[in-house]
Amino acid sequence: MNSLRKPFSFKGILHQQLFLPIFALFLMLIVNVIITPSFFNVSILNGVLYGHPIDIINRASELIILAVGMTLVVAASRGTDISVGAVMAVSAALCVRLLGSNYDSYATPMVWAIVACLFAGLVCGSFNGFLVAKLKIQPMVATLILFTAGRGIAQLISAREINGIMVPGQILYVRMESFKEFGGFLPNVVVPTPVFIAIGFVLLSWLVLNKTALSMYVKTVGINPKAGRLVGLNSTLIIFFTYAFCGVASGVAGLISASRIYSSDANNIGLYMELDAILAVALGGNSLGGGKFSIAGSVIGAITIQALTTGLYAMGVSGDKLPVFKAVVVILIVAIQSNEFKRWRAAYSLHRKAGKEAAK
Amino acid sequence: MKNNVIRKILGGTSFLLTVTIALFIVMYIIGMNMYHEAGFGNMQTFLNMLIDNAGLIIAAAGMTLILITGGIDISVGSVVGLVCMMLAYLMQNQGVNVYLAVVLVLVFGVVFGTIQGWLIAYLKLQPFIVTLAGMFFCRGLTAVISVNQIAITTNTTFLSVANMNIVLPFGGTLNKHGKMMYPFIHPSVLIALVAMFVVWYICKFTKFGRSLFAVGGNEPSALLMGINVRKTKLRAYILNGFLASLAGLVFCLNTTSGFVEQARGFEMEAIATSVIGGTLLTGGVGTVIGTFFGVLIKATIETFIRCDGTLSSWWNKIVLSALLCFFIVLQSVFVMIKSKKKA
Repeated sequence: MNSLRKPFSFKGILHQQLFLPIFALFLMLIVNVIITPSFFNVSILNGVLYGHPIDIINRASELIILAVGMTLVVAASRGTDISVGAVMAVSAALCVRLLGSNYDSYATPMVWAIVACLFAGLVCGSFNGFLVAKLKIQPMVATLILFTAGRGIAQLISAREINGIMVPGQILYVRMESFKEFGGFLPNVVVPTPVFIAIGFVLLSWLVLNKTALSMYVKTVGINPKAGRLVGLNSTLIIFFTYAFCGVASGVAGLISASRIYSSDANNIGLYMELDAILAVALGGNSLGGGKFSIAGSVIGAITIQALTTGLYAMGVSGDKLPVFKAVVVILIVAIQSNEFKRWRAAYSLHRKAGKEAAK
Repeated sequence: MKNNVIRKILGGTSFLLTVTIALFIVMYIIGMNMYHEAGFGNMQTFLNMLIDNAGLIIAAAGMTLILITGGIDISVGSVVGLVCMMLAYLMQNQGVNVYLAVVLVLVFGVVFGTIQGWLIAYLKLQPFIVTLAGMFFCRGLTAVISVNQIAITTNTTFLSVANMNIVLPFGGTLNKHGKMMYPFIHPSVLIALVAMFVVWYICKFTKFGRSLFAVGGNEPSALLMGINVRKTKLRAYILNGFLASLAGLVFCLNTTSGFVEQARGFEMEAIATSVIGGTLLTGGVGTVIGTFFGVLIKATIETFIRCDGTLSSWWNKIVLSALLCFFIVLQSVFVMIKSKKKA
C-alpha cells in the first residue's frame, strides 16, 4: 500500500487537498479493524501473499487505473465519463474473443489481443472525446451513448458458434493458463500482478503529466478554457486527449477484469465501476467542477473505496446492495464540496461570532 | 440571400421536430412495405407500440420537463425498477391493498424527486452527479427489498386492470378464420396519454410551465425577470419524480412483476426519445409532442427488429444509441448555426 502512495504523498502530505482522502482512508481502515480484528494479518498461503490488505490493494487495481483516467477527464472537461464500465466490457470482450477458447493455443497471439484490447479502449475514448471536445456536447450526455450502447456492442462481440451460426450474448472463456496471470499471479511472485500493472500505469501517467507541461495544460483548460485558448493552448485537443486517455485506462482495467475471471461477461465486467471511479475522484479531494487535480488523491480515494467495499462485504452486505451506501457517500462529499454549503458554513460561523461578541 | 433562407429554416425551433415527424413517417412507410406479411401496417401493431411503451411515454414526458430546465435526470430507470419491486413486494409478499400500494409508490416518487430537486436547486449540485447517485441508490434499494424476482399473481384487482382490454370500435382486420378482430388497448395507454396531455398543458398554458422555458433558456435573465429559479427547478424535479413513479406503475402493469434488473437503460431511452423529439440538451427548447414522436420512432425500431426476426435484441439499444448520437450531433450543429446567426 505504501509503495503506491510514496512517490506522491511525501511531497504533498502537508498539502490541504490530500488531507481529506488520507483521513478517509485511515477512518475506513480503523473501522475495518474494529469489525474484523484480524484485518491486518498478512500471511503467505500457497506461495502467494494472503490477507485483507492485499485483497484491497489487489481489487483496487482496476479502480485506481480508472480513477487516474477519470481525474484527467474531470479536470479538463468539468464533466465525468460515465462510459468507463461499458468500455471495460467492450475491450474485455474483444480481447477474449480474439484469444479464443482452445486448450492448447491462442487463436491470436497474446500481444496482438492486448493491443486490440487497448485499441478498443482508445477508439471508444476518442469517440467520446470527439463528441465532447469537437462538438461541444455535455460530457455526461456524450458518454451516455456508450454507457448504453457499450454493453450491447460487448454482447455482440461475445459471439460463439453454436450449431453453425454465430450467437451473440455468450460468455466466452479463455482456457489457457498464461492469460490468468494478468489478474492473478506471475510464477514465483507473491504480489498479485494487477498491483504491478496499477503501479506502472500510475507512474507512467504521473511521469507523462508532470515531466512535461501537460499537467499544467489540463489544469488551465479546466479552470478557464477561454483563457487557455488565449494563451495559445489548443483546448479542444487537450480535452480530446483526456478522453482518449480515459478510454485506454478503461481498456487496461477491462483486460485485468477479464483475466481475473478468464472470461468475458459483457453484463458484469465493469458494472457500477463508473460510480466508483467518480467517487474515487471526489474522495481524492478533486473538485468535480474541474481545474486543479491530484492523481495521488484519486489513487488514495480508489483504495479507500475498495476498503469500504471489502469492509461491507466483511459485514455480510451483498454486492447488489453496495450502491446504496456509495450513493449516499457521493452525495455527502459533493454536498460538502459545493460552494453553497461553504457559504452556509461561513454564514453560520459569522452568526456564531456575532453572538459571542454580543454576549461579551 | 439564399444562405439566409437556409439558415432561417435550420434556425427555427420547430426544425428538429419536423425532422423527427418526417423520420417517423418515412420509417413507418418503409416498415409497412418491408414487413407487410408480418402485419406491420395493422392498427393493432401501432397500438402495441403504445402498449409496450406506455411507461416510457410518461417517463419521457417528465424527462422533457427536466431537459427544458437545462438539467438531466438519469435516475428514472432505477426509480421505475424500484417502484415495480415495491409494488410487487407490497402486494404479493405483504398482501397490502392495491390502492394503498399505489399511493405509497407515488408518494415515494414525489419524496425522491423532492430530495433530488432540493440538492440540485438549493445546493446547486450538478444534476448529473445527483441523479447518478440517485440511480445507484434506487438500484441498490431494489436489491435490498429482494434479489429474487417477484411476480404478482394473487392481487386480482391489479391483474384485472393490467389485463383489461379496451376494444376500439374501428380499424379492425380479418383474421385467419375470417373473423373481424377489432384492435384493443390496455388502461396503461390511457394513463400514459392523459399524463402526456397534462404535461403538455402545463408546459403550454401555465405560469410554471412558461417559467420552465425561461429558466432553461437563460438562467440569469430569468432571475432578472423575477422568476424564482430555485423554486421552479425544485417543482420540475418533484413533478418529474411523480411522473417517474407513475411510469413505474404503468411499467408494472405491463410486466406484473418486480426484479433487480428491471428497466435498466430506461433512463437512456427516456433521454434519447426526448432528444430525438427535438428537446435541446442545453435547455429552453422542447415539446412533449415531439417526445411522443420520439417514443414512436423508438417503438418502430423495436418493431422492425422484431419483424425481421434474425437480428439480436441487442441491436435495439445500439440502433437507438446511434440515433441518439445522430440527433445530438444535429443539435450541436443547430446550436452552432444559431449562435452564428446572433453574431
